[in-house]
Amino acid sequence: MNTYREKEAKYLTKKERRAIPLQPMPEQSPEIRKKDFSEVTLGYSILDAQYEAARCIQCKDPACVAGCPVGIDIPGFLEMIVEGNLNGSINRVWEKTALPAVCGRVCPQEIQCEVVCVVGKKKNTEPVGIGSLEMFIADWARSTGVKNEVEIAPSTGKKIAVVGSGPAGITVAGDLAIKGHDVTIYEAFHRAGGVLLYGIPEFRLAKDIVDYEIDQLRELGVKIICNTVVGRTVDVDELMEDYGYDAVFIGVGAGLPNFLNISGEDLNGVFSANEYLTRANLMKAFDFPKYDTPIIPGRNVAILGAGNVAMDAARTAVRLGAKTVTVVYRRTREQSPSRLIEIHHAEEEGVQFKFLTSPLEFIGDASGKLVGINCDKMVLGEPDEGGRSRPISTGEHEYFDCDLAIIAIGTSANPLLTRVTEGLELNRWGNIEADDKTGKTTKERVWAGGDITLGQATVILAMGMGRDSANSIDAYLKGEEEW
Amino acid sequence: MYKIVKREEMAHGTIILNEIEAPQIAKKAKPGQFVMIIANETGERIPLTMAEVNKESGTITIIYMMVGKSTRLFGALKVGESYRDIVGPLGEPTHIEKLGTVVCVGGGTGTAVLHPITRGMYEAGNNVISIIGSRTKDFLIMEEQMTKVSHDVRICTDDGSKGRHGFVTEELEIILQNQKVDLVVAIGPVPMMKFVSLLTKKYDTPTMVSLNPIMIDGTGMCGGCRVTIGGKTKFACVDGPEFDGHQVDFDGLMRRLQAYSVEEQISDRCGCKETI
Ligand SMILES: Cc1cc2nc3c(=O)[nH]c(=O)nc-3n(C[C@H](O)[C@H](O)[C@H](O)COP(=O)(O)OP(=O)(O)OC[C@H]3O[C@@H](n4cnc5c(N)ncnc54)[C@H](O)[C@@H]3O)c2cc1C
Ligand SMILES: Cc1cc2nc3c(=O)[nH]c(=O)nc-3n(C[C@H](O)[C@H](O)[C@H](O)COP(=O)(O)OP(=O)(O)OC[C@H]3O[C@@H](n4cnc5c(N)ncnc54)[C@H](O)[C@@H]3O)c2cc1C
Ligand code: SF4
Ligand code: SF4
Ligand code: FES
Repeated sequence: MNTYREKEAKYLTKKERRAIPLQPMPEQSPEIRKKDFSEVTLGYSILDAQYEAARCIQCKDPACVAGCPVGIDIPGFLEMIVEGNLNGSINRVWEKTALPAVCGRVCPQEIQCEVVCVVGKKKNTEPVGIGSLEMFIADWARSTGVKNEVEIAPSTGKKIAVVGSGPAGITVAGDLAIKGHDVTIYEAFHRAGGVLLYGIPEFRLAKDIVDYEIDQLRELGVKIICNTVVGRTVDVDELMEDYGYDAVFIGVGAGLPNFLNISGEDLNGVFSANEYLTRANLMKAFDFPKYDTPIIPGRNVAILGAGNVAMDAARTAVRLGAKTVTVVYRRTREQSPSRLIEIHHAEEEGVQFKFLTSPLEFIGDASGKLVGINCDKMVLGEPDEGGRSRPISTGEHEYFDCDLAIIAIGTSANPLLTRVTEGLELNRWGNIEADDKTGKTTKERVWAGGDITLGQATVILAMGMGRDSANSIDAYLKGEEEW
Repeated sequence: MYKIVKREEMAHGTIILNEIEAPQIAKKAKPGQFVMIIANETGERIPLTMAEVNKESGTITIIYMMVGKSTRLFGALKVGESYRDIVGPLGEPTHIEKLGTVVCVGGGTGTAVLHPITRGMYEAGNNVISIIGSRTKDFLIMEEQMTKVSHDVRICTDDGSKGRHGFVTEELEIILQNQKVDLVVAIGPVPMMKFVSLLTKKYDTPTMVSLNPIMIDGTGMCGGCRVTIGGKTKFACVDGPEFDGHQVDFDGLMRRLQAYSVEEQISDRCGCKETI
């Protein structure tokens, strides 16, 4: 039984602490959540959080901290939760991340902080729920109105332009504002937040959380100017020469959708995941016709690809009322790049999977509407040098009906800005070449980070790079670092 | 917010002109480029070409036909009121150079989009012949403005109420038969651009058209505006909107424009209810 619950978490002995099982994250039931866009994870109560945090054994040399790309003092913030010092705890987290409510929800903890947690190394024991606790403490701060108490350094008189308002840009802007610089973010869309806003759906990350975090940034003195496409409305060189910015950070993400290049791709009903998710999230098509942007609801929906983006598209289609949603992936479940929890959530909501199936062509009717998809059945071949088995065609085909197909096979670098900016060296995929440690590009006074340098990565990696760039920009502007 | 400083009605109030304060966009805009506009909080992103740009006053002018919910919403805005969001200039500017004789063909609201290009061609020293068409003379727009920037203007109406009784293609064919034409620029409804392109192909005359697929972001991020050009997929918002008319898959474009016809009707009806 839950004997540990007889005492407050902070009074438990070490031995008692070790006996606490993982506190399950309360979730909305699949039957209910399938029908709306509200968040799936409901969050810990304070007691849940304290017992979960008490499972941490406070390692002297914590592996979890090394596993976190921004090095959050995990045992530190957990112990403060156990003690009931929630204010101290959130401030400890804020030292390393400006977006804990986001990271706690969307970080792939199972390959970062949690996978290395020593508690999880014991047989049949789950690691400490670090992500859930980060979500808890951030949500607590938001609901109680507790603000980051960092002191803003005296004004340096230096101006910095940040291009793009995704996690990379948000981090750079926040860090530099705290260091006393005058920071302005330029964003192409009419609202700030990047993929957090237009890509990741409401049911995984509520948009009022993103808006709240953006407001925090404004409170630090960061100016945000939307509706500005750098490379069209204004150029990088103009920002430095005419607008007087001392430095520019480019964090424009990887927003160019890849297509399959198979026949029938221009049929009505075939979408890129970017378009589908943008319509649904940013433009709130799920609330059509209250909002004016339409979306094709789809009765039988095929999702091509099996990464996180594919799961988001699949689960969005479920909520928009699809009868069947089928994920088509040419490799196996084990090889799928998606987080396991996302596949699990998708399955709970009724999403089906066809593994070892590769799309061959889309079939349309006379009016140009998608009616089905023809696929190739695959088997796994011999492992290649990298040890990964490639799928090869069996020559056998499979047809199934669908009136909506969403292509989610990744994105590449959008060339809009890089094409018109002289002096920026790109790699062969079109990503900006930037120094690993400082974010410096080949163009003087220009830094870059996030998906535009890494290719499609993660929120926390983009933030980590933003932090490195902010440090480098600050050192350079203070004359402590040469170009 | 982007304030409307001038509003005019054309073609019996079906076509609206708005001059809007947008200094940063005006500073950079070139002929052929467009903006994405959102009317209000719940609005969709709608692409419209800049028909006029005034760098001194920092304003841009859009001319649009009220065809559905959003353009009707735009049309209801008064002078002094504002659009919530405008982003631009987007798309590649028109390639303007001195070529010799250029025929500019405009149909419907396409004439508004054609006007700045025509002026560019005129100012570059080309011999400019313009053909403007509409269903009937009451729906003819911008005749005066086009006359100012053309050496010769021809009018065609479907019902013969003004100028030639017939399609712009008939007038164009006469010109092509009688003189050397170095470039045809055709902007209007998709079928019109298709038939112009088919015609000029026969005469081997280079032809430029401006495509209007459904767009969301206008920056190359969604792929919704993809069109097939010479068998290859292009994004009209970044690679276009102007393309070689002889390479365009017009039938494919027409099909894609129908994608939301059902939803557009729902949206429009719902909008009517709200305003009653
Ligand atoms: C559907 C989806 C689900 C995902 N799920 C997860 C997840 O669960 N966990 C996780 O860690 N990661 C996830 N990711 C990846 C993660 O979101 C990205 O790695 C991260 O957002 C990259 O941050 P960024 O700041 O580099 O760019 P972005 O978030 O892409 O932001 C770039 C911003 O720049 C703007 N911009 C682009 N061009 C210009 C220009 N020329 N001028 C001005 N502004 C411009 C864009 O509009 C955008 O707002 C997901 C991605 C997607 C698409
Ligand atoms: C680059 C570009 C420049 C344009 N310039 C002009 C212009 O100068 N003047 C003008 O009158 N029109 C122009 N258009 C067309 C204009 O965008 C559409 O008429 C408008 O979006 C219709 O919206 P609605 O809600 O009023 O009508 P709806 O009822 O939504 O649709 C009516 C028709 O417009 C098309 N349409 C709908 N949504 C879009 C969208 N987001 N993007 C493009 N087409 C859409 C549909 O195919 C439909 O047939 C341009 C389009 C593009 C792509
Ligand atoms: S930021 Fe991400 S990786 Fe770091 S502790 Fe939080 S959930 Fe783990
Ligand atoms: S590795 Fe696990 S147990 Fe050790 S400090 Fe980190 S969270 Fe606590
Ligand atoms: S409108 Fe989205 S890519 Fe062109």
